[in-house]
Amino acid sequence: MKKQTIDTRPAGPKPWYDPRVRSLFFQAIAIALVFWGGWVLVDNTLSNMQSRGISTGFGFLNETAGFGIIMNLVPYDATMSYGRTFWVGLTNTLLVSAMGVVAATILGFIIGVARLSSNWLVAKMALVYIEVIRNIPLLLQIFFWYFAVLSNLPSPRQSVDVGGAMFLNNRGLYLPEPMTQEGFGIVWGGILLAIAAVVGVRVWAKKRQLATGQIFPTFKVGVAILVFVPVISYLVAGRPLDWELPALRGFNFGGGITIIPELAALWIALSLYTASFIAEIVRSGILSVSKGQTEASKALGLPNGLTLRLVVIPQAMRVIIPPLTSQYLNLVKNSSLATAIGYPDLVAVFMGTTLNQTGQAVEVVAITMAVYLTISLLISLFMNIYNRAVAIKER
Amino acid sequence: MTESTMKAPKKALRPVKWMRENLFSGWFNTVLTLGVAYMLVTSVGPLLNWFFLDANFVGADASDCTGAGACWLFISQRLNFFIYGFYPDELQWRVDAMFLLLAIAFVPQFIERFPGRKWLGLFGIFGLPVVGYFLIPGGSFGLEQVQSSKWGGLMLTLILAYIGIVASLPIGILLALGRRSEMPIIRGICVVFIEVWRAVPLITVLFMASVMLPLFLPEGVNFEKLARALIGITLWQSAYMAEVIRGGLQAIPRGQYEAADALGLGYWRKTGLVILPQALKMVIPGIVNTFISLFKDTTLVLIIGLFDILGTVQSTVTDPAWQNVAIEGYVFVAFCFWVFCFGISRYSQNLERKLDTGHKT
Repeated sequence: MKKQTIDTRPAGPKPWYDPRVRSLFFQAIAIALVFWGGWVLVDNTLSNMQSRGISTGFGFLNETAGFGIIMNLVPYDATMSYGRTFWVGLTNTLLVSAMGVVAATILGFIIGVARLSSNWLVAKMALVYIEVIRNIPLLLQIFFWYFAVLSNLPSPRQSVDVGGAMFLNNRGLYLPEPMTQEGFGIVWGGILLAIAAVVGVRVWAKKRQLATGQIFPTFKVGVAILVFVPVISYLVAGRPLDWELPALRGFNFGGGITIIPELAALWIALSLYTASFIAEIVRSGILSVSKGQTEASKALGLPNGLTLRLVVIPQAMRVIIPPLTSQYLNLVKNSSLATAIGYPDLVAVFMGTTLNQTGQAVEVVAITMAVYLTISLLISLFMNIYNRAVAIKER
Repeated sequence: MTESTMKAPKKALRPVKWMRENLFSGWFNTVLTLGVAYMLVTSVGPLLNWFFLDANFVGADASDCTGAGACWLFISQRLNFFIYGFYPDELQWRVDAMFLLLAIAFVPQFIERFPGRKWLGLFGIFGLPVVGYFLIPGGSFGLEQVQSSKWGGLMLTLILAYIGIVASLPIGILLALGRRSEMPIIRGICVVFIEVWRAVPLITVLFMASVMLPLFLPEGVNFEKLARALIGITLWQSAYMAEVIRGGLQAIPRGQYEAADALGLGYWRKTGLVILPQALKMVIPGIVNTFISLFKDTTLVLIIGLFDILGTVQSTVTDPAWQNVAIEGYVFVAFCFWVFCFGISRYSQNLERKLDTGHKT
């Protein structure tokens, strides 16, 4: 007898209906498209640059720049290289970003809390501030501060004089500059010692509290250490610090630290603008902590301040951190608007003047974008680490 | 029965009671209230004087601005430039027609129960760009051509924001779907695209569009400056749009995907008929918010030499015929932007409240 075996299993799908085959096929097409697109772009760019006589490569970074920059944190003059202009621009960007982040955070938290104040007038003022500032373009606000406010300040000869040490005029704000003398190393040592001592006290206090339940006034003691140790070491070292006062020389001021109006306008506008967004974030963060938490903390007998510090804020921070990070990122990116008023940030110096002088658009744009990408990734990374530290730990 | 009944608590006058509770509860609040009130009283008077009482409204040129207050003459005299840029006077009816159509399409959106407002809204999103494409540049249907270099002012701001958002929506949807795809390579490409654009400031994108785009294109192909700016804005905006839409996609419960699979729908029909309609509806407020931020960011085009509303004002405040009118100009632009942005954000908050039904499990 012949036995016929019948395969009862359903036939597998035709290869072109198989999801795995399809997925491989589409991905292969995607890769091909990306490479083809990239190749076309590179090819076009190279032939265009050749026909326009633009050189390629990063050799231009070592050529002499030959233009002046109105503000530099790293030493710079016109005889230095294009590579140096990059560092000048980058440090200026980082400076205004750091100043903006600090000011916007402080202001934003104050306004966010004011928005929730039980005082009707204060709450409404905060609301008006938020709704007005965040609905007006940042560039317009920068223009307003620079062209309408700061350039209407008095000229250097009529400048506003604060105690003969600080001067404000339409060329900038002039502050006395601390000049360290010999022996200032002792003061640095004192500062480091104070910081180490505070950390030590904190560790010890925490250990004692866990062991005995007694609370040690870490904050007050810490502040006292931070103030007194450096002051004593300063006196012991024989006051090794001089202040160089700005003084009117001819038509302008010399000496001291100068905050140029471009920096001031950018800083004020960035801080005020970002603060209005941070305020809303803080408000929603505080509101997200349920009322039961506050009530439970009151029931445990914690006073208002401790309730805020130990119960509400730690929980609110979880909600606040992620959007706060993106506001910081926005602030760093928005600092590139500097170029509109001539503050020498990375975009203005490197992507502006250097690009115009060398004509090497591809290299310059690539470097600039890489810098912003790196800054973004770094900020996200640090904030993610912090976020992981404060996130709810499910056990 | 006891005779003693409790007396009703002594009622303070309502405003007085309200003030005591909301303004003067405790010494700290009292100090705050007094401080803020003092600031308000001292600043409102001079501001009012500057804006209205001492301001100049009538006249023909700068010499008529004699009062100590604002010179609103400057705005009214140059208003044409601020709205149309260099668009020829006799052809401005075309722009007016677009403004009118824009109003017809979107004002009813604020009025509930307006007949056919959904269709008007759809016309606004899909029909209006087509009409505008023929009407504003001209060159066909017997309309005289107007070079894009002559466009400017409020009109250009609206064009930039509008095209930016309408063009970035489909790209954003594709990117968001790609980022949620199960194919690692497609996902990787989308992630890199989105993250790179989101990490760089718009100004570098605009610089890139205006400096590098001509290098990327084969010889002979070239775009006008406006088109290059629009390409840059669209690419940049589509990355933000993708993140907003991804939020919506993530909020769709898994059951919806599985139900669509169980019905035997393929990927595109599953996405188009089941997932996207729900996801997009959910992220309308988010889309509106990105629109607001794009609308504000369009001012950056003045850095690459286009004359949007801020650009036109900025170029006239330095006009020697008018002196010290910078503040008036900026206040005018700020007011324009504020009205648009505040109106739209209120609308989106309303929408958010209305759409917040039954989606959250």
